[in-house]
Amino acid sequence: MGEVLAQAWAIAAKDLLLEFRSRTAFLSALVFTALVLAIFNFARDPTAVSSVDLAPSVLWITFSFAGVLGLNRAFGLEKENRAIDGLLLSPASRTALFLGKTLANLVFVGAVEAIALPLFALFFNVPLLEILGPLVLVIALATVGFVTVGTLMSSMAVNTRFGEMMLLVLVLPFLLTPVSTAAEMTARLFAHRPFAEWAPWLKLLAAYDIAFVVLCTLVFEFTLEE
Amino acid sequence: MTAIPSAERALKRGGILMAIGLAAVAVVYVRALVFTPEEATQGLAQKIFYIHVPSAWVALYLAYAIVGIFSVLYLLLKDPRLDLVASSSAEVGTVFATVVLITGPIWGKTVWGTWWTWDARLTSTLFLYFIYLAYLVLRSAVEEPGRRARYCAVLGILGALLVPFIHMTVYLFRTLHPMPVVLQPGRPQLPGSMLITLLSSFVAFTVFYAGLLARRYAWARLRAARAQEEADASR
Repeated sequence: MGEVLAQAWAIAAKDLLLEFRSRTAFLSALVFTALVLAIFNFARDPTAVSSVDLAPSVLWITFSFAGVLGLNRAFGLEKENRAIDGLLLSPASRTALFLGKTLANLVFVGAVEAIALPLFALFFNVPLLEILGPLVLVIALATVGFVTVGTLMSSMAVNTRFGEMMLLVLVLPFLLTPVSTAAEMTARLFAHRPFAEWAPWLKLLAAYDIAFVVLCTLVFEFTLEE
Repeated sequence: MTAIPSAERALKRGGILMAIGLAAVAVVYVRALVFTPEEATQGLAQKIFYIHVPSAWVALYLAYAIVGIFSVLYLLLKDPRLDLVASSSAEVGTVFATVVLITGPIWGKTVWGTWWTWDARLTSTLFLYFIYLAYLVLRSAVEEPGRRARYCAVLGILGALLVPFIHMTVYLFRTLHPMPVVLQPGRPQLPGSMLITLLSSFVAFTVFYAGLLARRYAWARLRAARAQEEADASR
């Protein structure tokens, strides 16, 4: 187990180093997120819907789209010069490869979210500091859920025609549970509702994470060439 | 060389089963319209029940279960025929799911007064439909048969796990769709004559599904055999 984690970390570190050197994907994801947040502010009637009512949905639509759009990078990177063959020939196991790719994606999406969240608080005038702890927990759980499924799907989508579009078609149905539970919890957090009121959503999201992390890790090897 | 005639025979057998299924559906419908009493509050509108519910049984449970089971079997055994069964079932299931999603709103508009509501069952059905569509789109986007089969099997398995989660998610919201009216002790039961019509519609739709599946599968085998023959001839 320790060995698998060490290999996974090596793969994640490689991907993150590549990303850190160019920063293209990161910066474009960040600009995209800022643009979506800004545009959403104009795509509503401020007299009819107050920004706090709209805020949870805006937050989650922004995060999930920014997250999914960045996912094709993970395996797109390895497609060039068939670098994936090198990874498969290396002593790293398939499980380590999947966990490493997922980890790199998590760091990537997490970094985008960490910068987008204050921006969101600024644009939508939501007081974040008092609910920051629980909100970060909700964001972390939902991100683990959709990034895990998204990483698995991107491993297939890069080898199909119209890969980017295909990734969205494959991943979006799987976003329903993490995104809607997270949006429900976020709305209750903004309204300062007691924990008991959003605990069922938290349990469901945690169950989703466990089920899909396990299943995706198990079936990942079938998305690779033998 | 024997692959083609045997696939052609299978195609014929599938056709016969399909015709039997279709005839059974027609018989059940005559019974539903003429020999089953009208429901007290919904009147004639309730007759759509005998298409809507058995189609839902086929699309949501039977066809998708076959997709899930044969996807797992394919990944374990790597027999291309298993993939052909799974994909045939996905295609036939999509047809039945389309029937569910068309008859549902028609019935809903008459009885609930709305075409659509984001209730647990409606949403799960819609998302299952999205997974069916994603499955079919994915099939068309991958050229190489081995890879296509593996990718579709992976999606089929993930989808099978997703459906209960969608159901639980939407269940936390409020629900408008009636709970099942069969097999629940202590609750108002479906009257006997309606129950018999409903159960025979389940049987008829299951046979019809089996016929469509057998024919679609034989057709896929025939296509694979012809492609193989062409490849051999050009060698």
